[in-house]
Amino acid sequence: MATTAEGFQAHTEDAHHDADHKPGFFARWFMSTNHKDIGTLYLIFAIVAGILGGAISGIMRAELAEPGIQVLGYWVDLMGGEANFDANLHMWNVLITAHGLIMVFFMVMPAMIGGFGNWFVPLMIGAPDMAFPRMNNISFWLTVAGFCSLLFSAFVPGTAAGYGAGTGWTVYAPLATYGHDGPAVDFAIFSLHLAGAGSILGATNFITTIFNMRAPGMTLHKMPLFVWSVLVTAFLLLLALPVLAAAITMLLTDRNFGTTFFDPSGGGDPLLYQHLFWFFGHPEVYIMILPGFGMVSQIIATFSRKPVFGYLGMAYAMVAIGVVGFVVWAHHMYTVGLDVNTKMYFTAATMVIAVPTGVKIFSWIATMWGGSLEFKSPMVWALGFIFLFTVGGVTGVYLANGGIDDVVHDTYFVVAHFHYVLSMGAVFSLFAGFYYWFPKMSGRMHSELLAHIHFWIFFIGVNVIFFPQHFLGLNGMPRRYPDFTEAYAYWNHISSAGYAIMAASMLVFFANIAYAFIAGRRAPANYWGEGATTLEWTLSSPPPYHQFETLPVIEEHHDYHDHRPATA
Amino acid sequence: MAGTKNHDYHILPPDIWPLIGSLSALVFTSGMVLYMHEMANWQVVVGLGIAGLIATFFSWFGNIVKEAQAGDHTPVVQLHMRYGMILFIASEVMFFVGWFWSWFDFALFPSEISEVVGGQFPPVAIEAVMNPFDLPLLNTLILLCSGTTVTWAHHSLIHGDREGLKKGLWLTILLGVLFSCIQAYEYMHAPFAFGGNTYSSAFYMATGFHGFHVLVGTIFLIVCLVRTYKGHFTPRQHFGFEAAAWYWHFVDVVWLFLFVTVYIWGSWGAPVH
Repeated sequence: MATTAEGFQAHTEDAHHDADHKPGFFARWFMSTNHKDIGTLYLIFAIVAGILGGAISGIMRAELAEPGIQVLGYWVDLMGGEANFDANLHMWNVLITAHGLIMVFFMVMPAMIGGFGNWFVPLMIGAPDMAFPRMNNISFWLTVAGFCSLLFSAFVPGTAAGYGAGTGWTVYAPLATYGHDGPAVDFAIFSLHLAGAGSILGATNFITTIFNMRAPGMTLHKMPLFVWSVLVTAFLLLLALPVLAAAITMLLTDRNFGTTFFDPSGGGDPLLYQHLFWFFGHPEVYIMILPGFGMVSQIIATFSRKPVFGYLGMAYAMVAIGVVGFVVWAHHMYTVGLDVNTKMYFTAATMVIAVPTGVKIFSWIATMWGGSLEFKSPMVWALGFIFLFTVGGVTGVYLANGGIDDVVHDTYFVVAHFHYVLSMGAVFSLFAGFYYWFPKMSGRMHSELLAHIHFWIFFIGVNVIFFPQHFLGLNGMPRRYPDFTEAYAYWNHISSAGYAIMAASMLVFFANIAYAFIAGRRAPANYWGEGATTLEWTLSSPPPYHQFETLPVIEEHHDYHDHRPATA
Repeated sequence: MAGTKNHDYHILPPDIWPLIGSLSALVFTSGMVLYMHEMANWQVVVGLGIAGLIATFFSWFGNIVKEAQAGDHTPVVQLHMRYGMILFIASEVMFFVGWFWSWFDFALFPSEISEVVGGQFPPVAIEAVMNPFDLPLLNTLILLCSGTTVTWAHHSLIHGDREGLKKGLWLTILLGVLFSCIQAYEYMHAPFAFGGNTYSSAFYMATGFHGFHVLVGTIFLIVCLVRTYKGHFTPRQHFGFEAAAWYWHFVDVVWLFLFVTVYIWGSWGAPVH
């Protein structure tokens, strides 16, 4: 039975009572099998984890504001230890580890894939829910279990110098094996096992949903780019995470059961761990950015009132990034003593990725060309994304070169690079997606004014934090140290000041959410107007508890960029 | 038609087991940390975790079977399960890639600086290896044979021959159990202990994880046998059986790679036990 947008919405109006029948509080939020509720849980979880991870970076920037040790002793005392040189430095290692793990596994991934992916993949493909609704829920709760395990690790001994795992988010051996006797690292390893299992199950769910549950008429080549991005991301998760699981299991047995995978005295090789880790770790960085690419594509098209330029090129650029992303991992290891030919290969392969990435950047710009631009809040965040991600991408091309990386490896130049692509690339796309879809999810409009203020303060703040770190890195300041010489004081001070600016902007963000729930006006079905053409805009805001009880039909004559059911 | 679903997808009611399963997993891993650091009461914590996990698997898969019997598994839902199982196996393949990676690293680039390895593979500390053409070859034949018996069971099922299905499944399960027993015997009589050098680390972890998968696959097949006696599965709809068979073949293929690269190639040249 073919249906139309009006016809479909009429059904949901009739069905309002049944379709909106929600279970009680506990059943709804702790036993959920509803993709929208699970998406909401993921977003709330990601915000909580983001506050914690962001607060930890606040401690780090306070420490780095001046040469010498400022605040670490206070935190050692607070955690029940005795502040001394070793304890302070161990605390520093614990902080950088927690910041990295929390932001990667418990903020960006849950928000992008768990949050927006869960909410909008079924809506955009015209599906009533995910393929495996119960498995969807265990993906979420395993992520929470992983987070708990990481929190446990902070309260048990790591090294003789104090509590917590101070291994860095990469958990390199031998620091993570005989460098950390205590149970903290075991808790951290199990944290990754649990969260990783959740992500693998989630990836299975997304791939199955996208392949099998598209509305009649929505071929792969008519699918919105956000859905494409989640599809590619899910494949990366599915194939990369199990290798990490194997690697950290080897760490576990090396630590506790006498194996020698990474122990040179038994013939093992710490470099093997790095290879296994980065075989996962490099796809992981694309896992963190690809859904952002997808969201930015939707947003740029919406606010240019134009279909995305080069839709197929955009989709297959993501596929190319995903595929090539599996064969570039050793560019994270240029200084470990790789053979020069190996370095040449990884340099060349890495730079190849700049091609599909360039296709995306230029296609976004070409989408705006001649468009009817509207600078609503999601659009300014998306534009900020394009600009800042490009800065991170350009330094990425620098760092792709083995010869250059020899000089700046493990300096603040690298820190600046990956924060430009993550805390500006990924996070800007998250905020863009948040403002784009928040009224759709909550039913309440946020304040455009506050969203713009949030954008500008955040934009200035993060640039003040991270741009000077390029200078610090080029001047030779190493990563992962809580102290530095007087020569690095000036730009570190600026960088820490930037943190305060960024933190202030987050107050505006939370004020905006509060405003929306207290005084925000009710959001209509499509509050962005003509430019918003994907299927979620045909539904009420928020959508009915069970949407698409009659599947929408995508008409043949529609272009691949226009997914709205025919209105005639 | 208002309020009724007009599609074949499976919309599920809220369910407690995902939460219980996740909590149990956390309890189990935390108990393992207690165990590894010899802390008090680890048995209680690990036991609770395993009990919770077993209860979760039992109830969850039990519910799936009930739903299948109730007719909730429309053709499209069955297709979901096919995709889900294939993708799960794909992720399992990548898990084994990690273990094979370490094996090849150690075998192709044996450490020169480690005294127990001494620049050769198998390392100098390995005084003798298992003869690959003894029990490992027998195990290879057992697993290959079990691959044919599970196919016999499948064809019997398709052609409505319930007795053949039972016989094929019984044989497959017995062969699987036999494999596990021989593997256990082999571990107990192995000429090298667990850990201490690269060979006995990678050997035991790779074959051990394979052995664990054999146990899981055997349980999966036992569930299929119980369901067969209960009259489940039709010639047209029996994905539970097919998933078990796929999984069994996957375990079989991993073994073939282990046999060729770990037992034969990687152990070549060492004195045989």
